Amino acid sequence: MNQKSRHAWLVFIALGIGLALLPFLIDAGLGRSWVRILDLALLYVMLALGLNIVVGYAGLLDLGYIAFYAVGAYCYALLASPMFGLHLPFWVLLPLGAAVAGLFGLMLGTPTLRLRGDYLAIVTLGFGEIIRIFLNNLNAPINITNGPQGVNQIDPVTIAGMSLGKTQVIFGVTFSSPHLYYYLFLMLTLGVIFVSMRLQDSRIGRAWAAIREDEVAAEAMGINVRNIKLLAFAMGASFGGLAGGLFAGFQGFISPESFNLMESIMILCMIVLGGMGNIPGVVLGAVLLTVLPEALRYIGDLQRAWIGHVVVDPSDLRMLLFGFALILMMLFRPAGLLPSRQRKRELGAQGEIAIQEQASVYDARR
Amino acid sequence: MDIFVQQIINGLVLGSVYALVALGYTMVYGILELINFAHGEVTMIGAMVSLTVISALVGVGIDLPGVVIVLLGLLAAIPVCMGVGFTIERLAYRPLRNAPRLAPLITAIGVSIVLQNIAMLIWGRQYISFPPILPQGRHQILGATITDVQIAILVISVVLMLGLTLLVKKSRLGRAMRATAQSPQIAGLMGVNANTVISLTFILGSALAAVAGVMVSAYYGLAHYYMGFLLGLKAFSAAVLGGIGNLTGAVLGGLLLGVIESLGAGYIGGLTGGVLGSNYQDVFAFFILILVLLFRPSGLLGERVGERA
Repeated sequence: MNQKSRHAWLVFIALGIGLALLPFLIDAGLGRSWVRILDLALLYVMLALGLNIVVGYAGLLDLGYIAFYAVGAYCYALLASPMFGLHLPFWVLLPLGAAVAGLFGLMLGTPTLRLRGDYLAIVTLGFGEIIRIFLNNLNAPINITNGPQGVNQIDPVTIAGMSLGKTQVIFGVTFSSPHLYYYLFLMLTLGVIFVSMRLQDSRIGRAWAAIREDEVAAEAMGINVRNIKLLAFAMGASFGGLAGGLFAGFQGFISPESFNLMESIMILCMIVLGGMGNIPGVVLGAVLLTVLPEALRYIGDLQRAWIGHVVVDPSDLRMLLFGFALILMMLFRPAGLLPSRQRKRELGAQGEIAIQEQASVYDARR
Repeated sequence: MDIFVQQIINGLVLGSVYALVALGYTMVYGILELINFAHGEVTMIGAMVSLTVISALVGVGIDLPGVVIVLLGLLAAIPVCMGVGFTIERLAYRPLRNAPRLAPLITAIGVSIVLQNIAMLIWGRQYISFPPILPQGRHQILGATITDVQIAILVISVVLMLGLTLLVKKSRLGRAMRATAQSPQIAGLMGVNANTVISLTFILGSALAAVAGVMVSAYYGLAHYYMGFLLGLKAFSAAVLGGIGNLTGAVLGGLLLGVIESLGAGYIGGLTGGVLGSNYQDVFAFFILILVLLFRPSGLLGERVGERA
């Protein structure tokens, strides 16, 4: 084993220990509520990686991605709650949720194969809204989704008879519910990252990159554009469905309101902000955009410390600052915080060509 | 039958408001290929500013006819919206003109969030109601009712649309706009200052948005800091439906979307035996949108975009 790979192993082990201890450090430092935020951040990492397949790898702008999250969540919720009196185990529900979401992905993908760019964006947006409106209204004449009230009392995830919804003592260490979910989500997130990484450099991943860069040329090279596009939609959607199922079990309650257009836009922001197509970038973007709005809750305390009293209600100011943060980050890092290798190459060594290419995007005229 | 005519009238009124907002989207898109997501918020700002002025004037008990007061409100809203539109372009879009394609989309979303929250800080979270100062006359046509406000909305929209068409087709600025849309570089060689043209496009679109904002709040009698979101979404859908980048398309798309929505809301319950209620109105609109795009992937009047050169 040479020097370099030994270092890599050391980094990996340190990272592993760090991730394993993280919830305890956060619990001690910032409080239990932040462990929950950490859990949500992991869910968003999964979602962002799923959308990254569609937008980052295959270059298909999807503004209705949250619909797949909703499908996964409702799949879990309806089959594991008093709603229909069904209580299926989670290891059946998670793959089922992912599969059903994947099917919905195909449903969206098939009719939209011919659409490009902004036309595709508006259709996916419409699809997302249609799913949400149906969830909102399917309580009459037959009650399927319980309408705007949402589904309550969803079973927590239970592994080997151990409910993750309650505090558990394992080998003398006390794990509260958010801690337990953290480890489950971490495992699955690592799985999703692994799949994403392997996909990127696979034959399929290269086909996605090819249709992203030039669909006509890709087709000429013998790529079956239709199947490859559908695969991107289905894979991305199934990641979303998986995250949705976990969300339902974790929250114990879901309603259509959690799956609005703003959420889709937020996930898109995560990947663009982090660096589209680049896995560490997407992970960073997802964590940052989950944590940032929560961290901005502290501006009330800051006002008290600096001015002596609360001048503006922090909940009013929070989203305002968040909006400014989005604008500023994009102005200073338009390719994202951690741009993908390819983009960096385009912007770096071949500066001339990159400028030409962007100019042609700017006036890509009919 | 009278319900049918009534829904058509309501749809045309709603649709002409969508069309005015859609024109703003489509003009910007035609030149920059940018979805100006914040455009709906500009409409909201227009509604809010005019309502503030109108309420203030009514509050001091000024002795003017209602129409004049509303016009004064509109006159206050237009310059404010123009300023907002100009500032957005200058600060959030211009620096990113050569950036990757999705970057300006994210700043647009950021601007939209910022404008919404500024509006919330200024005007609060509650609905603001439009003072009942406009004439409340009702007229009968073909068994349906049309109000004075509805007639005013239709007439003003038509006049503005004709004016805009004339401007783009006949004036020097219009020619510069069309040239910039075709190729900014070549237009620059011909002595057109692309930056000025783009700024003016934003200003023009924002002025139309201000008018649309006043119309919407007068029509529904309400304004709210969140109203721009759905309005913008519908208007953008309308622009895409007609073929984005095409002015006539935006008008056609707006009117069609308005009519489809009204008819959908009016008939969907009866057609499905009460299974689907009028709360599926938006589904209907989006469904038609998707259906149209399936058969005409670049909108009703959009030119067929060739494969990327």
